[in-house]
Amino acid sequence: MTELKGWLLAENPDSRTQAAFGRGYLGWLRFYHNPLAMIGFVIVLTLLLIALFAPYIAPEGISSGLTGDALKNARFLPPSAEHWFGTDGQANDVFSRIVIGSRITLVIVALVIFTAPILGFIIGTVSGYFGGWVDILLMRITDVFLAFPKLVLALALAAALGRGLESAIFAIAITSWPAYARLARAETLTIRNTDYLAAAKLQGASHWRLISGHIMPLCLSSLIVRVTLDMAGIILTAAGLGFLGLGAQPPTPEWGAMIAEGRDYILSYWWLATFPGLAIFTVALGFNLLGDGLRDVLDPKSGGQH
Amino acid sequence: MTDPKIPAITINDLSIHFGSGDELVKAVDHVSFTVPAQQSFGLVGESGSGKSTILRALAGLNTHCDGQMLLEGESLQSARSKAFYKKVQMVFQDPYASLHPRHTIDKILAEPLAIHGFKNTEQRIAKVMEQVALPNKFRFRYPHQLSGGQRQRVAIARALILEPKILLLDEPTSALDVSIQAEILNLLNQLREELSLTYILVSHDLAVVSYMCEQIAVMQHGKLVELLQVDQQGKTDAKDPYTLQLNLASKGYDRAVIEQFIDHD
Repeated sequence: MTELKGWLLAENPDSRTQAAFGRGYLGWLRFYHNPLAMIGFVIVLTLLLIALFAPYIAPEGISSGLTGDALKNARFLPPSAEHWFGTDGQANDVFSRIVIGSRITLVIVALVIFTAPILGFIIGTVSGYFGGWVDILLMRITDVFLAFPKLVLALALAAALGRGLESAIFAIAITSWPAYARLARAETLTIRNTDYLAAAKLQGASHWRLISGHIMPLCLSSLIVRVTLDMAGIILTAAGLGFLGLGAQPPTPEWGAMIAEGRDYILSYWWLATFPGLAIFTVALGFNLLGDGLRDVLDPKSGGQH
Repeated sequence: MTDPKIPAITINDLSIHFGSGDELVKAVDHVSFTVPAQQSFGLVGESGSGKSTILRALAGLNTHCDGQMLLEGESLQSARSKAFYKKVQMVFQDPYASLHPRHTIDKILAEPLAIHGFKNTEQRIAKVMEQVALPNKFRFRYPHQLSGGQRQRVAIARALILEPKILLLDEPTSALDVSIQAEILNLLNQLREELSLTYILVSHDLAVVSYMCEQIAVMQHGKLVELLQVDQQGKTDAKDPYTLQLNLASKGYDRAVIEQFIDHD
């Protein structure tokens, strides 16, 4: 163990890999000593593990499959040792539905992460790097998208494309990329006139090499921080769309849709809406704390170059 | 080898201005000079005299210029070719700003080789690090783990790794401690001898330039004031009052000297 530590913290690394691992380890150390960030990290990690092993954790699946008298006796049961979070109107185990619903939350998160920030990142860096009419054109497009109210556009898209999780994700992605483009452009503008970029130009580096090899790595950390902090908002928007009936449709165990189902019984059967609500709250909080911690580790402006 | 009679760099009636209308600033005003191959040519003057602007224009970082710039007798186009960068490289003033903060020394040195498609990366990096006297243990460090002098050595190594013939040096020592300055200047002198390089050295310090160069151009307000030859003893026969004043200034801060100063505006 000490040997590994010595290797990671070596002042004079012997290879590219060692240097990269050493740098990563130093970042991890800083992250590790931030208790709030670690809480966020543990929450997000738990979410990942729960989603991964959902079929083994969830004892009863998303649907009880009961009918008739059996259904009558098994529905709206309050939380107990048998049903931790109680049962709903179809006698489904709320705990199992929340566990399986975590997969849907993660799918939303993953799909949004792999579309909006990447698109915004490329548009922003290209726009900032080239400047001139490229910048003007790309930024005016960005302005147009920024001018759309997020939820209203999402409603319109859901109406046009049909209700469902896909249109909810699409709506979220298409309304959230401009923020990342603005961020990446602003970061690029601070870098574009630096000497090290001029030096790279003087070596004959192509535009693409300058953007991908020199500009993007420097903008990436603030983008990651921003995305992590936005993740909570994205989960809430997805849940909100589900609640309004425009996202995932019942009987899909999407957390927002589950709250919507529980809304009718909120006074008599409080557990129906409370537990999915708590799940959304916990995950959103986890991403926020993680984002704050990542900012301390990754953002060179607040973290210091040591 | 190219014909030594063809000058490495010729600058003909070069003018560079920024802005337009009332805010037009003439940074460089009809400047001409010639740098013979394997010579060291000094450009000296106060801040804002246009010396760095000429250097950046030569490197192709500044495209708004009138006049002619010739590299080994061939006129330079506004878009520089890859072949140009293989011949001409630049070392920047501030080694804290000229190295990418997220790249290791190894990556910084490997990048120009990758751009120009060289295969023997390992050998070349080892060789150039030896040339600038950087110990091999620094190879996988990040710039923030090095001192200013070591960083400037990395910057010089990066410029040398493509084996250029001409180095443009933009105040290569003015961001460094006095003790390190001499080290870097000696290294540059030694490299010029070993690799038969041509230098254009920009500095505000006449002492540095007369130590390093055979020919000096003195600039003020974008104009070339005087062209000097440096003799064996590192002395010049300056006549222009501005040059004489620069000469005094390079001797350090002295009350008697300050009192002799004339405002040349």
